[in-house]
Amino acid sequence: MNPELVGRSFPPTAPYLVGREKVREFARAVFTTDPQHTDPAAARALGYADVVAPPTFAMVIQDLALQQLLADPETGIILERTVHGDQRFRYSRPIVAGDKLTATLSVTGIRALGKASMVTSEAEITDASGAHVVTATSVLVVGGDD
Amino acid sequence: MATAELQIGDVVADREVHLTRESLVRYAGASGDFNPIHYRDDVAERVGLPGVLAHGMLTMGVAIGTIIPWLGDSGRLLEYGVRFTRPVVVDPEAGATLRIVATVGAIEDDGVVRVDLAVTHEDTSVLGKAQARVRVS
Repeated sequence: MNPELVGRSFPPTAPYLVGREKVREFARAVFTTDPQHTDPAAARALGYADVVAPPTFAMVIQDLALQQLLADPETGIILERTVHGDQRFRYSRPIVAGDKLTATLSVTGIRALGKASMVTSEAEITDASGAHVVTATSVLVVGGDD
Repeated sequence: MATAELQIGDVVADREVHLTRESLVRYAGASGDFNPIHYRDDVAERVGLPGVLAHGMLTMGVAIGTIIPWLGDSGRLLEYGVRFTRPVVVDPEAGATLRIVATVGAIEDDGVVRVDLAVTHEDTSVLGKAQARVRVS
């Protein structure tokens, strides 16, 4: 594990356009088919422009940023030995179809856990106007060398 | 929905969700997480797992989905976090049933409530500290 990783930031990901059918597909996949996720009229009745993505949809955007970290050979992170330990989302608002979202990842901490390392990263997800939508924080548990 | 009506320990929502291998393939496609340990027995076995596992993020998503009809508006959700403590093995024939019980864990100031999500598979907890902070008034 490269300890100099702490504090490192990655460039913003290319904008991700949230599609209505993608939101519906994701809602069905997580068994969360409340009408606000599937019916634009129900979402509009709550004050949203289009269908509202289920809360954990933010992971799809966060993952684009995490791929930058995982693809970098200098990090010392080996994907086959990596498991997801913790996940947290802090929302300013829900993600809505039509949003163009960008994620900016930074590594905020590394802690030893026996031979493994716990790597905490934060992806700040913002919309096309630059406003904060959600911050997604992951702890990845990366196994040791043996 | 108002804080005054809620008390610590109140169950605000609960449900059971039955996962099958099809559910895992569907989630893989919807989320873009195509790690083969979530659909290939041979790969799961090779890396020493007890079987094909549900994506942790699928369990996390199913858990929070339980309270959305009660919340009414997803915009009331301020924060949601979980710890992945135990894998959910999804049998090719029998699948796996998740049980979710959402309880008021704490009542904060300013109309914010902490909802604790107890998520179990075969009576064993699979998520740790699964908590959501929601605005209820």
